[in-house]
Amino acid sequence: MKIPLKYTIKNFTSRKLTTFITIFGVALVVFVFTAVLMMAYGIQKTLKATGQPDNVIVTRKAANGEISSLVDGETQDIIRTLPHIAVDNNGKQIISKEPVVIINLEKLSSGVSNVTVRGVSDVVLELRPQVKIIEGQMFNFGLRELIVGSGVTGRFKGAAIGDEVKFAGDSWKIVGIFDSDGSGFDSEMWGDSQALLNAFNRGSTISSMTLKLDDVANFGDFKKQFEFDRRLQQFEPKIEQQYFEEQSEFMAAFIRIIGLVITVIFSVGAMIGAAITMYAAVANRTVEIGTLRALGFTGWSVRFVFLIESLVIAISGGLIGIFLASFLQFFNISTLNFQSFSELAFSFSLSPWIIFLSLAFAIGMGIIGGYAPARRAAKLNIVDALRSV
Amino acid sequence: MRILKLIIKNSLRHKTRTILTILGISIAVFAFGLLRTVVTAWNAGVEASAANRLITRQAVSFIFPLPLAYRDQILNIPGVEDVTYANWFQGVYIDKTQFFARLAVDAETIFEVYPEFLISNEEYQTFLKERNSCIIGEEIAKQYNLKIGDLMTIEGDIYPGDWQFVVRGIYKPRDKTTDATQMLFHWDYLNERMKEMGSGRINEVGWYVVKISDPDKSASISEQIDALFQNSRAETKTESERAFQQGFVAASSAILTSINVISFVIIGIIMLVLGNTMIMSARERTREYAVFKTIGFSAKHMVGLILGESLLISAIGAGLGLFLSFPIVEGVSQAIPKGMFPVFELEPITLIFAVSSAILIGVAASVFPIMKALRTSIVDGLRFIG
Repeated sequence: MKIPLKYTIKNFTSRKLTTFITIFGVALVVFVFTAVLMMAYGIQKTLKATGQPDNVIVTRKAANGEISSLVDGETQDIIRTLPHIAVDNNGKQIISKEPVVIINLEKLSSGVSNVTVRGVSDVVLELRPQVKIIEGQMFNFGLRELIVGSGVTGRFKGAAIGDEVKFAGDSWKIVGIFDSDGSGFDSEMWGDSQALLNAFNRGSTISSMTLKLDDVANFGDFKKQFEFDRRLQQFEPKIEQQYFEEQSEFMAAFIRIIGLVITVIFSVGAMIGAAITMYAAVANRTVEIGTLRALGFTGWSVRFVFLIESLVIAISGGLIGIFLASFLQFFNISTLNFQSFSELAFSFSLSPWIIFLSLAFAIGMGIIGGYAPARRAAKLNIVDALRSV
Repeated sequence: MRILKLIIKNSLRHKTRTILTILGISIAVFAFGLLRTVVTAWNAGVEASAANRLITRQAVSFIFPLPLAYRDQILNIPGVEDVTYANWFQGVYIDKTQFFARLAVDAETIFEVYPEFLISNEEYQTFLKERNSCIIGEEIAKQYNLKIGDLMTIEGDIYPGDWQFVVRGIYKPRDKTTDATQMLFHWDYLNERMKEMGSGRINEVGWYVVKISDPDKSASISEQIDALFQNSRAETKTESERAFQQGFVAASSAILTSINVISFVIIGIIMLVLGNTMIMSARERTREYAVFKTIGFSAKHMVGLILGESLLISAIGAGLGLFLSFPIVEGVSQAIPKGMFPVFELEPITLIFAVSSAILIGVAASVFPIMKALRTSIVDGLRFIG
């Protein structure tokens, strides 16, 4: 025979404060758990959105990021002769040769941070169609002009249209602001590839070469050239999307590990909280339990009732925690990406998978925290229970 | 005395509950300790910086080099005792995930400017003589099981090519805050290889470290250095080592802030767990308290009874938490790569903070039940059914 669910609900109203405190504790833990996953996912999502699935980026094999990668002019010429590189309407190969450097800029919120300056070739908008000029205009090739990402303008001093940034012994005028749909490029500044190479005195040595393939299916074949040609063996082509996603790996893993260690420790605290509350509920209702058993309810249905009670607490706490965490999506934060050594702006980002994980986490806490008390309730001796005062 | 006996009896009444509460508190205390340790580890570079050292780097950002010729000009400034320089070499050792600082340094001066890197004279002399030798930190030697005479093969990225170094010395850290995870080799060797390769990048220095005689003059000396190279192609930015390190820490402030917030949320959670226990205990004993009052116990005794129980539980929990902190922090420091947090240790201040907040919470958690116990009149108390 089953005990009606109404009984469980009624119980909450009799010990409001204790129940509320327990729910609040679970909510806090779930909030932190969800926030950590959202932060790691936010970084990943931003960098994944940076690359196009059909572009290929070539860097030095040993390099961890673009700034430590060097591709010399000779190598660039060899790569240009490889098959499968797409051409535009004018018959020009869609290749952007990109020197990538870091400059220091003062942040609006005090302090100095690193901003990536990327030189791009004139086909770049064909290569990266997600990039749109939202204010001002595109820089002029050959001139010392820059366009800045939408994530940079609001975060750094002197990064608005008309401002001048000083580096490489010259002033660079900001002529436009671009947006790239929340990708990592929003945290960068772009200028003419050749102008930057000249200014930095780097000859023709760039950091990376990004190109479009005629068909992504040919990537395997394209990659093979790098294994066969001895002159290319120190270099490695990668799908651009995959490349940038890997750039997030270290940070995302770092946040996840620290965060998950913390939440696991936390959750033990919350489970203990739930167990204490449930033990108290059992102790307070000893006579009631005895009565229920005397009326013919089985030990299993009593156990079930207490487990359900614990689950209801955990799920309510979980839902509150996720609800509160979902507001974090409105916050944009930025941090130094250890892999690219420059500031990356991103936002907390929620996904169905994270909601599922957080709820499962809450339910797990409820079951573990409620198991022992429910067992105790079910094992109570009927006569002793009825007699207890 | 009698109160103390009552307190102990009371806390033993619901053994499971008391044990669970103690466990909950101790978990929170060591979680708090662990998080604070992460924050202090992050700041270790700042703590380790010496007041008499300045860092001079390219004004645009540290990835741009400075000419070697700057060295003599900096040395000429009054108040400058010594100048050393280094280049960030990086490269790949074993695989890309093995991270620790690999630097090309000026062999003649590096240990003058960094006296906290302790190296025996014998090892230092052999290092000086051998072009492609290197000196590694004690922690790195331990982690990769490297001994003197071993080869380190590194695939260059910023400086392309295959590089082989012979370990000729292992330096020990002088202080607890000293970074013992660096690999240092001859800058001259790097420069020569660059020349051989026909690279244009010769006589380039990543940054200068300037040792000054009077730390109070660091601001004026910094200005003088930067003034020397103003309007040149490579302008400099000079700041104290401390400020330089703080710049790195500030860059990841978003993560640090969240860890800080979380460590205080933990205190909130301990409070909830303990508060909940105390509220429940006091509630169950409403009738008893009424009996106490009837037989003449005063408010003072009631306060002592509830506060005492709360403090007892929180003190035991805090003690257990502290006890657990040491092996756990030690375990975590083994688990994370050495190069990432060169110094990962529990600081005394963290322990003091953890214990005092646990005790504060013990007091706070008893406020609500005490108020309730005092307010309930004897008659209501006697009538109360749990």
